[in-house]
Amino acid sequence: MLQEESDLSLIIAQIVQKLKGSNLYSQLERQAWASLQRPEIKLESLKEDIKEFFKISGWEKKLQNAVYSELSVFPLPSHPAAPPEHLKEPLVYMRKAQGSWEKRILKSLNSMCTELSIPLARKRPVGEQKELLNKWNEMGTDEPDLSLFRPVYAPKDFLEVLINLRNPNYENGDSLSFRTHLGLIQVPLKVKDIPELKECFVELGLNIGQLGIDDSTQVPPELFENEHVRIGQKVLAEQDSAAAQQYIRQGSPTALRAELWALILNISSQPEDVLYYEQLKTNVIQHDLLVDSLIYKDVKLTASNDDYYFVFEDYLYQVLLCFSRDTSVLSHFAFNSASPPKSYIRGKLGLEEYAVFYPPNGVIPFHGFSMYVAPLCFLYHEPSKLYQIFREMYVRFFFRLHSISSHPSGIVSLCLLFETLLQTYLPQLFYHLREIGAQPLRISFKWMVRAFSGYLATDQLLLLWDRILGYNSLEILAVLAAAVFAFRAVNLMEVTSLAAAEAVLADLSTLKVMPLLQIFLFATVT
Amino acid sequence: MAGKVKWVTDIEKSVLINNFEKRGWVQVTENEDWNFYWMSVQTIRNVFSVEAGYRLSDDQIVNHFPNHYELTRKDLMVKNIKRYRKELEKEGSPLAEKDENGKYLYLDFVPVTYMLPADYNLFVEEFRKSPSSTWIMKPCGKAQGKGIFLINKLSQIKKWSRDSKTSSFVSQSNKEAYVISLYINNPLLIGGRKFDLRLYVLVSTYRPLRCYMYKLGFCRFCTVKYTPSTSELDNMFVHLTNVAIQKHGEDYNHIHGGKWTVSNLRLYLESTRGKEVTSKLFDDIHWIIVQSLKAVAPVMNNDKHCFECYGYDIIIDDKLKPWLIEVNASPSLTSSTANDRILKYDEELAQGDGADRELRSRQGQSLGPRAGRSRDSGRTVLTTWK
Repeated sequence: MLQEESDLSLIIAQIVQKLKGSNLYSQLERQAWASLQRPEIKLESLKEDIKEFFKISGWEKKLQNAVYSELSVFPLPSHPAAPPEHLKEPLVYMRKAQGSWEKRILKSLNSMCTELSIPLARKRPVGEQKELLNKWNEMGTDEPDLSLFRPVYAPKDFLEVLINLRNPNYENGDSLSFRTHLGLIQVPLKVKDIPELKECFVELGLNIGQLGIDDSTQVPPELFENEHVRIGQKVLAEQDSAAAQQYIRQGSPTALRAELWALILNISSQPEDVLYYEQLKTNVIQHDLLVDSLIYKDVKLTASNDDYYFVFEDYLYQVLLCFSRDTSVLSHFAFNSASPPKSYIRGKLGLEEYAVFYPPNGVIPFHGFSMYVAPLCFLYHEPSKLYQIFREMYVRFFFRLHSISSHPSGIVSLCLLFETLLQTYLPQLFYHLREIGAQPLRISFKWMVRAFSGYLATDQLLLLWDRILGYNSLEILAVLAAAVFAFRAVNLMEVTSLAAAEAVLADLSTLKVMPLLQIFLFATVT
Repeated sequence: MAGKVKWVTDIEKSVLINNFEKRGWVQVTENEDWNFYWMSVQTIRNVFSVEAGYRLSDDQIVNHFPNHYELTRKDLMVKNIKRYRKELEKEGSPLAEKDENGKYLYLDFVPVTYMLPADYNLFVEEFRKSPSSTWIMKPCGKAQGKGIFLINKLSQIKKWSRDSKTSSFVSQSNKEAYVISLYINNPLLIGGRKFDLRLYVLVSTYRPLRCYMYKLGFCRFCTVKYTPSTSELDNMFVHLTNVAIQKHGEDYNHIHGGKWTVSNLRLYLESTRGKEVTSKLFDDIHWIIVQSLKAVAPVMNNDKHCFECYGYDIIIDDKLKPWLIEVNASPSLTSSTANDRILKYDEELAQGDGADRELRSRQGQSLGPRAGRSRDSGRTVLTTWK
């Protein structure tokens, strides 16, 4: 009990600390001062009156949402004596693995620089700045020669690293027992089994109305939809993040999704946010970074060729180039096992006082990175709003999909969850695929790293991401990956090679996400 | 109809042939006994010409109406729609109601259009009313964006008429009629790009009117950013969305071909603009289609051996108002991308289903929101009219 209380006070202290530096804090202060002019604010009951004023004017709700947002982004504080790197990643061997992976990426980036003799960053001459400014809205029409650039890494390189992860304190032993993990991931982490997942995703149950399911047996779908839309409008009117998050677990009506996501992510798009985005844009125009070419190449290789997203090519540059300049992204490294790469001013290699983060946001894009942004283009047509939503989605969720950590939403746990689910609930299929050299994870890894973006039809993807936001967890990705295998099990049992298995699972664009998840979670005999 | 359907086609398109074969139909030549002839518009002209004296028997069906051009020639379509509106007005029909500016409230769905050279004086009068507007010139009988250009000065049209009189290579076609239409200069842009809609509509009879709308239509995007500036008037890639034109652009992508499914459009619009306006837009599109068909129904030779699959080209402006641009009698049946193959093959299937089903259209039943629902995609839907 005592422990809990001290934990709580620690959390409160942390959040208060965080919010004190925020824009909201100064706004609240200003509002409080201004409210003194009001007749209903009396000196004798000043504190109570101001509180009441905050409540009536909606500022209390804004504060609540901000606190809620902090709670869902930041991990719970650990023991006060624990060193800060525990916040990043408590397991030493994970931290080490992440560290050496970063070194590899950086080396590859540096060698590309040397090979092509291109600087990491340079200031653009004025003429070039003007030119870029003019074509800001149509950067996609530019066709620079990027044949020499290659993505720094692709998901399959990253998978190899995860496969080789070992816990040095863990005796794997030679004896096979029923607990032996036959998959590719060999680190012992606690992942949920189906009964635990059922409890966690209880709102996805068979008897609960879902958007994304046509034939609910209990209630006619039209009736549920209308009622659900009505509640959604109420949630939006209340402007309550927590309610929105609970609501979206049953899926968001298409027309309300953009606003609901913004509410959950606590993005309000104030004038200063627009200004901030414009500032980033100016940075892009003034400086040319090597990562720009990587972003450009990635968009050209992925989204530009995508049936759903090619339309938004220019929006992707406008978001991703600005993202790479955004130093506010750096703060998420406090709870990310990764650390921002450093670069040194020429001639000062290794001297810490000359070190700068490179790229300025600390995130090196990899092959497929732009697909994190692409689906959001269906929801927000205003670049600065689109930008903010993406940045928040990244620092809440997506970074976990390419950092080595033991977090339950981290990619290692997702891989292990996926393999464990298959091995436990579809042992024959799992064994068959393993025998023919088609380890399931080799196929599903890319789906999970991209959060299924570019694999599912957009409407289905958005229904899936609804649940990511609703449960503040990426575990649903592993469940869906396993559900896809279960759905195709009959065909997969007939294949005899990795290539054939890949062919069976090549096109996911016709799949309906919610029925698959429901069947796998709630209709599988456990 | 005993035995298998015997079919002929003079258009060697895999999309047709595959779908016939899938049904187990038997291919024959046109000189043999056939039941189903999928023919080009040139062939249909011969079949129904007086000289040919061809009579179709009870078990024969062809894919065009004899005078389909009443709808599919740009000038005739406009003429028929203008006449239809006048008739409704004369009858005092509430459909012909006008606003204070004299514009039809419900029937103003084609951009202001004149025939050239016939209506030249009328055009000049209209042009002078709003001299800053841009107009688009299209030859009446050509398709796929051929011969199209934009003008924004009267001198350009004078030059054009001079050139077409003197130029020798035009001499054989100097009688060719053009239509000139007000250019939609505020198109809805997505991702900064202009697009138009290509929708497929199948008419099985005009009297009573019975039509089916195919659910998997698509949006065709320009590869170059849209700019309404007049300096780009010559750059056709900015303005025309025809795949035939866009294919020549450097940026044409052979994977998706600049095409988006209509369900993508609906998802995007509903997400960014809301459900109500999106549903209204799709209802308006259905309305346009039905009204355009009703406009030609009285003049159409409603031969019972005929059906027709039309390709409707529609542009949506930034106020989400749809405009009917033109109707094609022989919509492209080539599948240029993988998605196309899905789009077009399904369509053929759906057409077959639609033809097999005996569905009666009911007058007075409004177009429900279900009419365009993508949920049961791949099926045709009976479109009724208000």
